[in-house]
Amino acid sequence: MLKADARDPALLPRLLFTLLALAVLWPGLQLSELNPGVLLQAENREQIANFTRAFWPPAHDAEFLQLLYTATLQTLAVATAGMALALLLAIPTSLLASRALSLRAASRSGRAGGWSRLVRMPVRGLLIFLRSVPEIVWALLFVRAVGLGPTAGVLAIAITYSGMLGKVYAEIFESVDQRPAHALMQGGSGRLAAFGYGILPSAVAELVSYTVYRWECAVRASVVMGFVGAGGLGQQIDLSMRMFAGGEVASMLLAFFGLVLLADLLSRFLRGRLA
Amino acid sequence: MNRLVNLLVISAIVAAVVASFGYLQLDLHALVGDGGLGQMGEYAGRFLHPDLSTEHLRAVGHGALETLAMSGLGTLLAMVLGMLLALPAAGRFGWPLQSVARLLLNALRAIPELVWAALTVLAAGLGPNAGTLALALHTAGVLGRLFAEALENAPVEPAAAIRLQGGGQVAAFCFGTLPNLWPQLLAYSLYRWENNIRMASVLGFVGAGGLGQMLYTTLSLFQEAQASTVIMAMLVLVLLVDAFSDVLRQRYVRA
Repeated sequence: MLKADARDPALLPRLLFTLLALAVLWPGLQLSELNPGVLLQAENREQIANFTRAFWPPAHDAEFLQLLYTATLQTLAVATAGMALALLLAIPTSLLASRALSLRAASRSGRAGGWSRLVRMPVRGLLIFLRSVPEIVWALLFVRAVGLGPTAGVLAIAITYSGMLGKVYAEIFESVDQRPAHALMQGGSGRLAAFGYGILPSAVAELVSYTVYRWECAVRASVVMGFVGAGGLGQQIDLSMRMFAGGEVASMLLAFFGLVLLADLLSRFLRGRLA
Repeated sequence: MNRLVNLLVISAIVAAVVASFGYLQLDLHALVGDGGLGQMGEYAGRFLHPDLSTEHLRAVGHGALETLAMSGLGTLLAMVLGMLLALPAAGRFGWPLQSVARLLLNALRAIPELVWAALTVLAAGLGPNAGTLALALHTAGVLGRLFAEALENAPVEPAAAIRLQGGGQVAAFCFGTLPNLWPQLLAYSLYRWENNIRMASVLGFVGAGGLGQMLYTTLSLFQEAQASTVIMAMLVLVLLVDAFSDVLRQRYVRA
Protein backbone atom coordinates (compact mmCIF):
# COMPACT_ATOMS: atom_id res chain seq x y z
CA MET A 1 0.00 0.00 0.00
CA LEU A 2 1.43 3.33 -1.02
CA LYS A 3 1.59 5.92 1.68
CA ALA A 4 0.60 9.48 0.80
CA ASP A 5 3.69 11.66 0.83
CA ALA A 6 2.85 15.09 2.17
CA ARG A 7 6.37 16.41 1.64
CA ASP A 8 6.90 19.14 -0.96
CA PRO A 9 10.09 18.23 -2.82
CA ALA A 10 10.77 21.82 -3.86
CA LEU A 11 10.10 23.35 -0.46
CA LEU A 12 13.60 24.60 0.35
CA PRO A 13 14.32 26.48 -2.91
CA ARG A 14 10.88 28.04 -2.78
CA LEU A 15 11.33 29.22 0.78
CA LEU A 16 14.75 30.65 -0.02
CA PHE A 17 13.41 32.40 -3.10
CA THR A 18 10.56 33.91 -1.09
CA LEU A 19 12.95 35.13 1.60
CA LEU A 20 15.21 36.68 -1.02
CA ALA A 21 12.28 38.41 -2.71
CA LEU A 22 11.11 39.80 0.64
CA ALA A 23 14.60 41.09 1.43
CA VAL A 24 14.71 42.91 -1.91
CA LEU A 25 11.22 44.29 -1.53
CA TRP A 26 11.56 45.59 2.02
CA PRO A 27 13.39 48.83 1.08
CA GLY A 28 10.84 49.28 -1.70
CA LEU A 29 8.05 49.14 0.86
CA GLN A 30 9.76 51.88 2.84
CA LEU A 31 10.38 54.01 -0.26
CA SER A 32 6.89 53.81 -1.65
CA GLU A 33 5.35 54.41 1.79
CA LEU A 34 2.84 51.77 0.82
CA ASN A 35 -0.17 51.66 3.10
CA PRO A 36 -3.41 50.51 1.52
CA GLY A 37 -5.01 50.97 4.95
CA VAL A 38 -5.36 54.70 4.39
CA LEU A 39 -8.13 53.97 1.90
CA LEU A 40 -10.11 52.38 4.73
CA GLN A 41 -9.61 55.02 7.40
CA ALA A 42 -12.94 56.54 8.37
CA GLU A 43 -11.94 60.09 7.47
CA ASN A 44 -10.59 59.24 4.02
CA ARG A 45 -13.42 56.82 3.36
CA GLU A 46 -15.84 59.60 4.04
CA GLN A 47 -14.04 61.94 1.67
CA ILE A 48 -14.08 59.39 -1.14
CA ALA A 49 -17.69 58.53 -0.36
CA ASN A 50 -18.65 62.21 -0.51
CA PHE A 51 -16.87 62.59 -3.82
CA THR A 52 -18.32 59.46 -5.39
CA ARG A 53 -21.78 60.18 -4.04
CA ALA A 54 -21.83 63.25 -6.24
CA PHE A 55 -21.22 60.97 -9.26
CA TRP A 56 -24.92 60.18 -9.40
CA PRO A 57 -26.68 61.66 -11.25
CA PRO A 58 -24.06 62.53 -13.89
CA ALA A 59 -24.22 66.20 -14.84
CA HIS A 60 -26.53 66.60 -17.82
CA ASP A 61 -27.67 70.21 -18.12
CA ALA A 62 -27.63 71.63 -21.63
CA GLU A 63 -24.72 73.96 -21.06
CA PHE A 64 -22.47 71.22 -19.66
CA LEU A 65 -23.44 68.82 -22.44
CA GLN A 66 -22.38 71.45 -24.96
CA LEU A 67 -19.01 71.72 -23.20
CA LEU A 68 -18.68 67.93 -23.13
CA TYR A 69 -19.46 67.76 -26.84
CA THR A 70 -16.77 70.29 -27.76
CA ALA A 71 -14.24 68.61 -25.46
CA THR A 72 -14.92 65.20 -27.03
CA LEU A 73 -14.66 66.60 -30.54
CA GLN A 74 -11.42 68.30 -29.58
CA THR A 75 -10.00 65.03 -28.27
CA LEU A 76 -10.88 63.24 -31.50
CA ALA A 77 -9.46 66.07 -33.58
CA VAL A 78 -6.20 66.09 -31.57
CA ALA A 79 -5.76 62.35 -32.13
CA THR A 80 -6.51 62.57 -35.86
CA ALA A 81 -4.39 65.66 -36.55
CA GLY A 82 -1.54 64.25 -34.45
CA MET A 83 -1.61 61.01 -36.41
CA ALA A 84 -1.60 62.89 -39.72
CA LEU A 85 1.46 64.88 -38.71
CA ALA A 86 3.12 61.74 -37.36
CA LEU A 87 2.60 60.02 -40.71
CA LEU A 88 4.24 62.96 -42.49
CA LEU A 89 7.41 62.29 -40.53
CA ALA A 90 7.10 58.51 -40.17
CA ILE A 91 6.82 57.59 -43.86
CA PRO A 92 10.07 59.20 -45.05
CA THR A 93 12.03 58.11 -41.97
CA SER A 94 10.79 54.52 -42.26
CA LEU A 95 11.90 54.46 -45.90
CA LEU A 96 15.32 55.76 -44.83
CA ALA A 97 15.65 53.40 -41.88
CA SER A 98 14.46 50.21 -43.53
CA ARG A 99 17.07 47.79 -44.86
CA ALA A 100 14.53 46.52 -47.36
CA LEU A 101 15.54 49.22 -49.83
CA SER A 102 19.28 48.65 -49.59
CA LEU A 103 20.82 48.27 -53.05
CA ARG A 104 23.72 46.44 -51.52
CA ALA A 105 21.47 43.90 -49.85
CA ALA A 106 19.67 43.41 -53.16
CA SER A 107 22.85 42.32 -54.87
CA ARG A 108 24.01 40.14 -51.97
CA SER A 109 20.91 37.96 -51.59
CA GLY A 110 19.43 39.97 -48.75
CA ARG A 111 22.43 40.37 -46.45
CA ALA A 112 23.04 44.03 -45.76
CA GLY A 113 26.69 44.98 -45.39
CA GLY A 114 28.17 46.75 -42.39
CA TRP A 115 28.31 50.01 -44.31
CA SER A 116 24.60 50.04 -45.13
CA ARG A 117 23.82 49.38 -41.47
CA LEU A 118 26.04 52.26 -40.40
CA VAL A 119 24.41 54.76 -42.76
CA ARG A 120 20.98 53.89 -41.40
CA MET A 121 22.06 54.26 -37.77
CA PRO A 122 21.38 58.01 -37.38
CA VAL A 123 17.79 57.65 -38.61
CA ARG A 124 17.22 54.69 -36.29
CA GLY A 125 18.70 56.67 -33.43
CA LEU A 126 16.36 59.57 -34.18
CA LEU A 127 13.36 57.23 -34.13
CA ILE A 128 14.47 55.75 -30.80
CA PHE A 129 14.85 59.23 -29.32
CA LEU A 130 11.42 60.31 -30.58
CA ARG A 131 9.58 57.37 -29.08
CA SER A 132 11.47 56.83 -25.83
CA VAL A 133 10.23 59.97 -24.10
CA PRO A 134 6.57 59.31 -23.17
CA GLU A 135 4.01 61.43 -25.00
CA ILE A 136 2.77 62.99 -21.79
CA VAL A 137 6.25 64.36 -21.05
CA TRP A 138 6.36 65.83 -24.56
CA ALA A 139 2.93 67.33 -23.89
CA LEU A 140 4.14 68.85 -20.63
CA LEU A 141 7.10 70.39 -22.46
CA PHE A 142 5.00 71.71 -25.34
CA VAL A 143 2.45 73.22 -22.97
CA ARG A 144 5.32 75.34 -21.67
CA ALA A 145 6.59 76.11 -25.18
CA VAL A 146 3.35 76.85 -27.10
CA GLY A 147 0.85 77.46 -24.31
CA LEU A 148 -2.17 75.59 -22.96
CA GLY A 149 -4.48 74.00 -25.47
CA PRO A 150 -4.75 71.31 -28.12
CA THR A 151 -1.68 72.42 -30.12
CA ALA A 152 0.60 70.94 -27.45
CA GLY A 153 -1.32 67.65 -27.62
CA VAL A 154 -1.12 67.47 -31.41
CA LEU A 155 2.63 68.08 -31.39
CA ALA A 156 3.23 65.56 -28.59
CA ILE A 157 1.30 62.84 -30.42
CA ALA A 158 3.01 63.74 -33.70
CA ILE A 159 6.46 63.34 -32.15
CA THR A 160 6.01 60.15 -30.12
CA TYR A 161 3.90 58.39 -32.70
CA SER A 162 6.18 59.25 -35.60
CA GLY A 163 8.92 57.42 -33.67
CA MET A 164 6.76 54.36 -33.09
CA LEU A 165 5.23 54.31 -36.58
CA GLY A 166 8.58 54.86 -38.28
CA LYS A 167 10.17 51.95 -36.45
CA VAL A 168 7.28 49.55 -36.97
CA TYR A 169 6.84 50.52 -40.64
CA ALA A 170 10.54 49.92 -41.29
CA GLU A 171 10.24 46.49 -39.67
CA ILE A 172 7.13 45.63 -41.66
CA PHE A 173 8.95 46.53 -44.90
CA GLU A 174 11.73 44.16 -43.88
CA SER A 175 9.39 41.36 -42.85
CA VAL A 176 7.58 40.91 -46.17
CA ASP A 177 8.97 38.88 -49.06
CA GLN A 178 12.05 40.79 -50.28
CA ARG A 179 12.46 39.03 -53.61
CA PRO A 180 10.15 41.22 -55.76
CA ALA A 181 11.86 44.42 -54.63
CA HIS A 182 15.33 42.90 -55.03
CA ALA A 183 14.46 41.71 -58.53
CA LEU A 184 13.21 45.17 -59.45
CA MET A 185 16.26 46.94 -58.05
CA GLN A 186 18.64 44.56 -59.77
CA GLY A 187 16.67 45.07 -62.98
CA GLY A 188 17.61 48.72 -62.70
CA SER A 189 14.49 50.35 -61.26
CA GLY A 190 14.74 53.18 -58.77
CA ARG A 191 14.29 52.55 -55.06
CA LEU A 192 10.92 54.28 -54.84
CA ALA A 193 9.58 52.29 -57.77
CA ALA A 194 10.92 49.09 -56.20
CA PHE A 195 9.19 50.07 -52.96
CA GLY A 196 5.91 50.93 -54.68
CA TYR A 197 5.68 47.78 -56.79
CA GLY A 198 7.82 45.29 -54.86
CA ILE A 199 7.10 45.90 -51.19
CA LEU A 200 3.98 48.00 -50.74
CA PRO A 201 1.51 45.49 -52.26
CA SER A 202 2.42 42.78 -49.76
CA ALA A 203 2.84 45.13 -46.78
CA VAL A 204 -0.20 47.36 -47.16
CA ALA A 205 -2.63 45.25 -45.11
CA GLU A 206 -0.36 45.16 -42.10
CA LEU A 207 0.49 48.85 -42.44
CA VAL A 208 -3.15 49.88 -42.45
CA SER A 209 -4.09 47.68 -39.54
CA TYR A 210 -1.19 48.95 -37.41
CA THR A 211 -1.92 52.58 -38.27
CA VAL A 212 -5.56 52.24 -37.32
CA TYR A 213 -4.60 50.54 -34.06
CA ARG A 214 -2.22 53.43 -33.30
CA TRP A 215 -4.99 55.93 -34.00
CA GLU A 216 -7.07 54.14 -31.38
CA CYS A 217 -4.16 54.48 -28.94
CA ALA A 218 -3.83 58.16 -29.87
CA VAL A 219 -7.44 58.78 -28.88
CA ARG A 220 -6.76 57.33 -25.43
CA ALA A 221 -3.46 59.19 -25.14
CA SER A 222 -5.03 62.51 -26.06
CA VAL A 223 -7.52 62.12 -23.21
CA VAL A 224 -4.71 61.43 -20.74
CA MET A 225 -2.59 64.30 -22.06
CA GLY A 226 -5.35 66.72 -21.22
CA PHE A 227 -4.35 66.27 -17.58
CA VAL A 228 -1.23 68.35 -18.16
CA GLY A 229 -3.19 70.99 -20.01
CA ALA A 230 -3.20 69.78 -23.61
CA GLY A 231 -6.92 70.37 -24.15
CA GLY A 232 -9.81 68.00 -24.77
CA LEU A 233 -11.63 65.74 -22.35
CA GLY A 234 -8.67 65.18 -20.05
CA GLN A 235 -8.33 68.86 -19.24
CA GLN A 236 -12.03 69.10 -18.41
CA ILE A 237 -11.81 65.99 -16.19
CA ASP A 238 -8.86 67.53 -14.36
CA LEU A 239 -10.69 70.83 -13.88
CA SER A 240 -13.87 69.18 -12.61
CA MET A 241 -11.87 66.98 -10.26
CA ARG A 242 -10.17 69.99 -8.76
CA MET A 243 -13.55 71.60 -8.22
CA PHE A 244 -14.85 68.35 -6.63
CA ALA A 245 -17.70 68.35 -9.14
CA GLY A 246 -18.43 64.60 -9.00
CA GLY A 247 -21.37 64.71 -11.40
CA GLU A 248 -19.29 66.33 -14.12
CA VAL A 249 -16.45 63.85 -13.61
CA ALA A 250 -18.94 60.99 -13.91
CA SER A 251 -20.42 62.22 -17.20
CA MET A 252 -16.98 62.86 -18.61
CA LEU A 253 -15.74 59.40 -17.65
CA LEU A 254 -18.84 58.00 -19.35
CA ALA A 255 -18.05 60.07 -22.45
CA PHE A 256 -14.48 58.75 -22.31
CA PHE A 257 -15.68 55.13 -22.21
CA GLY A 258 -18.04 55.85 -25.08
CA LEU A 259 -15.23 57.39 -27.08
CA VAL A 260 -12.87 54.47 -26.47
CA LEU A 261 -15.61 52.01 -27.40
CA LEU A 262 -16.40 53.98 -30.54
CA ALA A 263 -12.74 54.16 -31.55
CA ASP A 264 -12.49 50.40 -30.99
CA LEU A 265 -15.51 49.71 -33.22
CA LEU A 266 -14.38 52.15 -35.90
CA SER A 267 -10.88 50.69 -35.98
CA ARG A 268 -12.31 47.17 -36.26
CA PHE A 269 -14.49 48.31 -39.17
CA LEU A 270 -11.59 50.04 -40.93
CA ARG A 271 -9.30 47.07 -40.47
CA GLY A 272 -11.92 44.75 -41.91
CA ARG A 273 -12.50 47.13 -44.79
CA LEU A 274 -9.00 48.17 -45.80
CA ALA A 275 -6.72 45.39 -44.57
CA MET B 1 -19.23 48.25 -55.56
CA ASN B 2 -16.52 47.19 -53.12
CA ARG B 3 -14.15 49.65 -54.76
CA LEU B 4 -16.69 52.43 -54.41
CA VAL B 5 -17.10 51.78 -50.67
CA ASN B 6 -13.33 51.72 -50.19
CA LEU B 7 -13.06 55.00 -52.08
CA LEU B 8 -15.76 56.46 -49.85
CA VAL B 9 -13.95 55.27 -46.70
CA ILE B 10 -10.68 56.78 -47.86
CA SER B 11 -12.26 60.11 -48.77
CA ALA B 12 -14.01 60.09 -45.38
CA ILE B 13 -10.62 59.65 -43.68
CA VAL B 14 -9.11 62.50 -45.68
CA ALA B 15 -12.12 64.67 -44.86
CA ALA B 16 -11.73 63.80 -41.15
CA VAL B 17 -8.08 64.82 -41.18
CA VAL B 18 -8.84 68.11 -42.93
CA ALA B 19 -11.77 68.75 -40.58
CA SER B 20 -9.55 68.09 -37.53
CA PHE B 21 -6.98 70.63 -38.61
CA GLY B 22 -9.77 73.07 -39.38
CA TYR B 23 -11.52 72.47 -36.06
CA LEU B 24 -8.40 72.92 -33.98
CA GLN B 25 -7.39 75.99 -36.03
CA LEU B 26 -3.79 74.94 -35.62
CA ASP B 27 -1.74 77.93 -36.49
CA LEU B 28 1.28 75.97 -37.65
CA HIS B 29 2.38 78.95 -39.67
CA ALA B 30 2.69 81.14 -36.59
CA LEU B 31 4.32 78.24 -34.78
CA VAL B 32 7.04 77.79 -37.37
CA GLY B 33 7.49 81.22 -38.89
CA ASP B 34 7.57 84.60 -37.20
CA GLY B 35 10.39 83.65 -34.86
CA GLY B 36 8.24 80.91 -33.28
CA LEU B 37 10.70 78.23 -34.28
CA GLY B 38 13.57 80.26 -32.89
CA GLN B 39 11.76 80.65 -29.58
CA MET B 40 11.15 76.93 -29.39
CA GLY B 41 14.77 76.27 -30.28
CA GLU B 42 15.87 78.58 -27.50
CA TYR B 43 13.57 76.79 -25.06
CA ALA B 44 14.96 73.43 -26.19
CA GLY B 45 18.50 74.77 -25.89
CA ARG B 46 18.01 75.35 -22.17
CA PHE B 47 17.65 71.56 -21.78
CA LEU B 48 21.09 70.95 -23.22
CA HIS B 49 22.87 71.76 -19.97
CA PRO B 50 21.60 69.23 -17.44
CA ASP B 51 22.21 70.04 -13.79
CA LEU B 52 24.73 67.43 -12.64
CA SER B 53 25.50 68.82 -9.16
CA THR B 54 25.78 66.15 -6.46
CA GLU B 55 22.87 67.57 -4.51
CA HIS B 56 20.47 67.45 -7.43
CA LEU B 57 21.74 64.05 -8.55
CA ARG B 58 21.03 62.71 -5.07
CA ALA B 59 17.49 64.08 -5.19
CA VAL B 60 16.97 62.58 -8.65
CA GLY B 61 18.39 59.24 -7.44
CA HIS B 62 15.93 59.20 -4.57
CA GLY B 63 13.10 60.05 -6.97
CA ALA B 64 14.19 57.26 -9.30
CA LEU B 65 14.26 54.72 -6.46
CA GLU B 66 10.82 55.91 -5.39
CA THR B 67 9.53 55.46 -8.94
CA LEU B 68 11.11 52.01 -9.14
CA ALA B 69 9.54 50.98 -5.83
CA MET B 70 6.15 52.35 -6.94
CA SER B 71 6.17 50.41 -10.19
CA GLY B 72 7.50 47.19 -8.64
CA LEU B 73 5.18 47.11 -5.66
CA GLY B 74 2.24 48.30 -7.74
CA THR B 75 2.77 45.43 -10.16
CA LEU B 76 3.22 42.93 -7.31
CA LEU B 77 0.04 44.07 -5.55
CA ALA B 78 -1.74 43.89 -8.90
CA MET B 79 -0.50 40.31 -9.39
CA VAL B 80 -1.98 39.27 -6.05
CA LEU B 81 -5.22 41.19 -6.54
CA GLY B 82 -5.46 40.07 -10.17
CA MET B 83 -5.00 36.41 -9.21
CA LEU B 84 -7.65 36.71 -6.48
CA LEU B 85 -10.08 38.14 -9.04
CA ALA B 86 -8.99 35.85 -11.88
CA LEU B 87 -10.00 32.68 -10.00
CA PRO B 88 -13.70 33.64 -9.85
CA ALA B 89 -13.48 35.34 -13.28
CA ALA B 90 -12.34 32.07 -14.85
CA GLY B 91 -15.51 30.45 -13.52
CA ARG B 92 -13.97 28.46 -10.67
CA PHE B 93 -16.68 29.41 -8.19
CA GLY B 94 -19.81 29.32 -10.35
CA TRP B 95 -21.34 31.80 -12.77
CA PRO B 96 -22.76 34.46 -10.42
CA LEU B 97 -19.31 35.15 -9.00
CA GLN B 98 -17.87 34.93 -12.50
CA SER B 99 -19.97 37.75 -13.86
CA VAL B 100 -19.38 39.90 -10.77
CA ALA B 101 -15.61 39.40 -11.01
CA ARG B 102 -15.59 40.15 -14.75
CA LEU B 103 -17.56 43.35 -14.22
CA LEU B 104 -15.14 44.41 -11.50
CA LEU B 105 -12.11 43.68 -13.69
CA ASN B 106 -13.59 45.64 -16.58
CA ALA B 107 -14.27 48.62 -14.33
CA LEU B 108 -10.73 48.55 -12.88
CA ARG B 109 -9.23 48.33 -16.34
CA ALA B 110 -11.39 50.93 -18.04
CA ILE B 111 -10.27 53.83 -15.84
CA PRO B 112 -6.80 55.02 -16.90
CA GLU B 113 -3.96 55.08 -14.35
CA LEU B 114 -3.82 58.86 -14.29
CA VAL B 115 -7.50 59.12 -13.33
CA TRP B 116 -7.00 56.46 -10.64
CA ALA B 117 -4.03 58.45 -9.39
CA ALA B 118 -6.10 61.64 -9.21
CA LEU B 119 -8.67 59.69 -7.15
CA THR B 120 -6.15 58.03 -4.83
CA VAL B 121 -4.34 61.30 -4.25
CA LEU B 122 -7.68 62.63 -3.09
CA ALA B 123 -8.12 59.69 -0.74
CA ALA B 124 -4.59 58.92 0.46
CA GLY B 125 -2.91 62.28 0.17
CA LEU B 126 0.06 63.33 -1.93
CA GLY B 127 3.02 60.97 -2.24
CA PRO B 128 4.15 57.66 -3.65
CA ASN B 129 1.56 55.66 -1.70
CA ALA B 130 -1.20 57.11 -3.89
CA GLY B 131 0.77 56.29 -7.04
CA THR B 132 1.40 52.70 -5.96
CA LEU B 133 -2.27 52.17 -5.21
CA ALA B 134 -3.34 53.74 -8.52
CA LEU B 135 -0.95 51.50 -10.48
CA ALA B 136 -2.07 48.45 -8.51
CA LEU B 137 -5.76 49.13 -9.15
CA HIS B 138 -5.49 49.64 -12.91
CA THR B 139 -2.96 46.84 -13.42
CA ALA B 140 -5.07 44.44 -11.35
CA GLY B 141 -7.83 44.91 -13.92
CA VAL B 142 -5.48 44.20 -16.84
CA LEU B 143 -3.63 41.29 -15.22
CA GLY B 144 -6.83 39.79 -13.80
CA ARG B 145 -8.30 39.48 -17.26
CA LEU B 146 -5.10 38.03 -18.73
CA PHE B 147 -4.72 35.60 -15.79
CA ALA B 148 -8.34 34.51 -16.14
CA GLU B 149 -7.81 33.73 -19.81
CA ALA B 150 -4.61 31.83 -19.02
CA LEU B 151 -6.47 29.87 -16.32
CA GLU B 152 -9.22 28.95 -18.74
CA ASN B 153 -6.70 27.71 -21.30
CA ALA B 154 -4.53 25.77 -18.84
CA PRO B 155 -4.64 21.98 -19.21
CA VAL B 156 -6.92 20.35 -16.61
CA GLU B 157 -5.38 16.87 -16.57
CA PRO B 158 -2.60 17.36 -13.97
CA ALA B 159 -5.02 18.89 -11.45
CA ALA B 160 -7.58 16.19 -12.18
CA ALA B 161 -4.93 13.51 -11.59
CA ILE B 162 -4.08 14.98 -8.18
CA ARG B 163 -7.77 15.19 -7.27
CA LEU B 164 -8.26 11.53 -8.29
CA GLN B 165 -5.33 10.52 -6.08
CA GLY B 166 -7.08 12.15 -3.16
CA GLY B 167 -5.32 15.52 -3.07
CA GLY B 168 -7.27 18.54 -1.87
CA GLN B 169 -8.52 21.41 -4.05
CA VAL B 170 -5.70 23.69 -2.92
CA ALA B 171 -3.00 21.07 -3.50
CA ALA B 172 -4.43 20.32 -6.93
CA PHE B 173 -4.29 23.98 -7.86
CA CYS B 174 -0.82 24.60 -6.43
CA PHE B 175 0.83 21.47 -7.81
CA GLY B 176 -1.34 20.66 -10.81
CA THR B 177 -2.40 23.94 -12.40
CA LEU B 178 0.08 26.54 -11.18
CA PRO B 179 3.32 24.98 -12.53
CA ASN B 180 1.90 25.04 -16.07
CA LEU B 181 0.51 28.51 -15.61
CA TRP B 182 3.49 30.09 -13.90
CA PRO B 183 5.64 31.05 -16.94
CA GLN B 184 2.67 32.72 -18.62
CA LEU B 185 1.70 34.64 -15.48
CA LEU B 186 5.27 35.81 -15.11
CA ALA B 187 5.46 36.89 -18.75
CA TYR B 188 2.29 38.97 -18.44
CA SER B 189 3.45 40.50 -15.16
CA LEU B 190 6.84 41.44 -16.56
CA TYR B 191 5.17 43.03 -19.57
CA ARG B 192 2.95 45.08 -17.27
CA TRP B 193 5.92 46.02 -15.12
CA GLU B 194 7.63 47.48 -18.18
CA ASN B 195 4.48 49.48 -18.82
CA ASN B 196 4.18 50.53 -15.21
CA ILE B 197 7.70 51.92 -14.90
CA ARG B 198 6.76 54.28 -17.73
CA MET B 199 3.45 55.12 -16.07
CA ALA B 200 5.02 55.51 -12.60
CA SER B 201 7.35 58.16 -13.90
CA VAL B 202 4.44 60.28 -15.12
CA LEU B 203 1.90 59.65 -12.35
CA GLY B 204 3.70 62.31 -10.34
CA PHE B 205 2.10 64.94 -12.59
CA VAL B 206 -1.05 64.65 -10.48
CA GLY B 207 0.94 64.57 -7.23
CA ALA B 208 1.62 60.85 -6.84
CA GLY B 209 5.34 61.09 -6.06
CA GLY B 210 8.43 59.87 -7.84
CA LEU B 211 10.26 61.39 -10.81
CA GLY B 212 7.07 62.74 -12.37
CA GLN B 213 6.44 65.06 -9.46
CA MET B 214 10.01 66.36 -9.69
CA LEU B 215 9.66 66.96 -13.42
CA TYR B 216 6.38 68.77 -12.91
CA THR B 217 7.73 71.07 -10.21
CA THR B 218 11.02 71.82 -11.97
CA LEU B 219 9.22 72.63 -15.23
CA SER B 220 6.70 74.80 -13.40
CA LEU B 221 9.57 76.74 -11.84
CA PHE B 222 11.24 77.04 -15.27
CA GLN B 223 14.32 75.14 -14.04
CA GLU B 224 15.01 73.49 -17.40
CA ALA B 225 18.50 72.33 -16.42
CA GLN B 226 17.13 70.34 -13.48
CA ALA B 227 14.20 69.07 -15.56
CA SER B 228 16.51 67.72 -18.22
CA THR B 229 18.38 65.65 -15.59
CA VAL B 230 15.04 64.20 -14.47
CA ILE B 231 14.10 63.28 -18.05
CA MET B 232 17.46 61.56 -18.52
CA ALA B 233 16.93 59.65 -15.26
CA MET B 234 13.53 58.51 -16.56
CA LEU B 235 15.07 57.20 -19.77
CA VAL B 236 17.83 55.36 -17.91
CA LEU B 237 15.32 53.83 -15.50
CA VAL B 238 13.11 52.61 -18.35
CA LEU B 239 16.08 51.10 -20.18
CA LEU B 240 17.32 49.37 -17.01
CA VAL B 241 13.93 47.89 -16.20
CA ASP B 242 13.51 46.70 -19.79
CA ALA B 243 16.91 45.00 -19.67
CA PHE B 244 16.26 43.42 -16.26
CA SER B 245 12.84 42.13 -17.22
CA ASP B 246 14.38 40.72 -20.40
CA VAL B 247 16.90 38.79 -18.29
CA LEU B 248 14.11 37.44 -16.08
CA ARG B 249 12.10 36.50 -19.15
CA GLN B 250 15.02 34.62 -20.72
CA ARG B 251 15.67 32.83 -17.45
CA TYR B 252 12.18 31.88 -16.29
CA VAL B 253 9.67 32.20 -19.10
CA ARG B 254 11.30 30.29 -21.95
CA ALA B 255 12.01 27.30 -19.75
